[in-house]
Amino acid sequence: MKSVLAVLTVVAAIVVLWYGACVPMNIKGVLTEVERAGAEVVPPGAKERRDLSEFALAARNSFAIPATWAQERPRLPAPHQVAAELWDTTVAKKITSKRSLIYHGWVTLSATVLGFAIGTGLGILLAVGIVHSRVMDMSVMPWAIVSQTIPIIALAPMIIVVLYSVGVQGIIPKAVISAYLSFFPVVVGMVKGLRSPDMMQLDLLRTYNATNAQGFWKLRLPASMPYLFASLKIGIAASLVGAIVGELPTGAVAGLGARLLAGSYYGQTVQIWSALFAAAILAACLVGLLGLIERAVLRRMGIAA
Amino acid sequence: MVMVAFAVALWGVGWWVNTRLAEGPNSGSRAVQLAVPLIFGLTVIGVWELLVRGLDVPLVILPAPSTIAVRFSDSIPILWADFVQTILKGALSGYLIGCIAAFLTAIAVDRSDFLRMGLLPVGSFAAALPIVGTAPILVMWFGFDWESKAAVVVVMVFFPMLVNTVAGLREATAMQRDLMETYAASYWQSFFKLRLPAAMPFIFNGLKISTTLSLIGAIVAEFFGSPTVGMGFRISTSVGQLSLDMVWAEIVVAALAGTAFYGMVAMIEKAVTFWHPSQRG
Repeated sequence: MKSVLAVLTVVAAIVVLWYGACVPMNIKGVLTEVERAGAEVVPPGAKERRDLSEFALAARNSFAIPATWAQERPRLPAPHQVAAELWDTTVAKKITSKRSLIYHGWVTLSATVLGFAIGTGLGILLAVGIVHSRVMDMSVMPWAIVSQTIPIIALAPMIIVVLYSVGVQGIIPKAVISAYLSFFPVVVGMVKGLRSPDMMQLDLLRTYNATNAQGFWKLRLPASMPYLFASLKIGIAASLVGAIVGELPTGAVAGLGARLLAGSYYGQTVQIWSALFAAAILAACLVGLLGLIERAVLRRMGIAA
Repeated sequence: MVMVAFAVALWGVGWWVNTRLAEGPNSGSRAVQLAVPLIFGLTVIGVWELLVRGLDVPLVILPAPSTIAVRFSDSIPILWADFVQTILKGALSGYLIGCIAAFLTAIAVDRSDFLRMGLLPVGSFAAALPIVGTAPILVMWFGFDWESKAAVVVVMVFFPMLVNTVAGLREATAMQRDLMETYAASYWQSFFKLRLPAAMPFIFNGLKISTTLSLIGAIVAEFFGSPTVGMGFRISTSVGQLSLDMVWAEIVVAALAGTAFYGMVAMIEKAVTFWHPSQRG
């Protein structure tokens, strides 16, 4: 109970800070607008105000402060503006509309989930291979670890273009990017998990005359579950980033990444922020869903309380 | 066709050598442990080269490693300028600012149980978000040059670093803290002599995660607008011109920079946390 209160306090503090930050961020634009509308501004003229500090301007024109939270295209939109835009583009719009965030979110989500499934599947397969074959372990594992220090997302634009030039487009290129971003965390985590049973346990199975396959299904795989879920959570977050970045070079057709890019082309800050929050909510839902599955699976296996 | 057959043969030979090495008597030795992944890597590059040449794969799909190497050595001045712009200016400055800011915030938060309880869930939530998405906003605020890239990096590394440092500062046990108390150690004495050293493995974990994040942030932020220099800029424009050898050369630079950056942090970690079980091996 106390921790809920603490979280709420921190969130409230962030919101207050945010409203506060809107004032200096937007004051210059607001003053120019109200002056054009005929209000008295000290000092008059945008040129005179250019080199003054934002705080001094806000203090001398305190009547304009409420306007900084209600601008059309603010540098920093206020929280309620973002919330209103989110409500507008999710609930108030038909989901078939091109302006509906649900539509764009769905485009991104489908690529994310498809890529995540491919990446996880291949990652688990490779991990099984690595655990069972010493050659594969020694050859592939160092590269899998090194690859985690590399910003592989730099490959994303190239993958899109290359796949386009061989005639593949739509959801597949984005899914490929998502897949390889989630692939390596899953490999590394799964190898760790499959290796987590200690010598005693492996020896015990040997005394039972268990085959390798039995050892895998009855000991290694169950033991790897906590590790698998930890890396799945990292993997799905990476997949979402991959899908969003994968939407950038295609010229902003559909998807949350496209909304971000289009917003930044046309200076629609509220649109950028709402797309950003939609992506954040999506990520939170995906990670949360995995957390629920993890709890259910581990409880069923008797690992978690 | 000869090339393709040759590629298959090369793969077979590489695999056979590695099998012999890995299952041979010396498989535990340091030399073999280094040689096996090296042979694997070289085999992959060799097979790649032979297949691209043998199957006449067009440049716009996959350039051969030799083409990439030639392009790399031909455009070292460009690559160096991009490296300075993106890695040294954008990623490194953002990394330093973000990590120091997160560290100081963690120390401030650590003094209050209430704040820590509130900030930790928010921080770990934020660490899982696609923060790269703030790039267009920050590019709008800070302009096209490296300052906006550094800002993206700051936001990206802040939360993982914060969560790790806060967790690390709780690592010293109650017993150890009580001992410091009995020595009449002040808050800062027990901080510098006990809790900070105990937190180091966690802090370095955060620092290592942040190295990769900082490169990702700096490169992706350039996709949203940049001056006519930088790795992200070069990648997106070269993709547009279909000169994929240049893209691959940049990716080589990114890979080298990422590995070197990570390696440096790992080396410092080794020196600082020499006492930790994971380093004594």
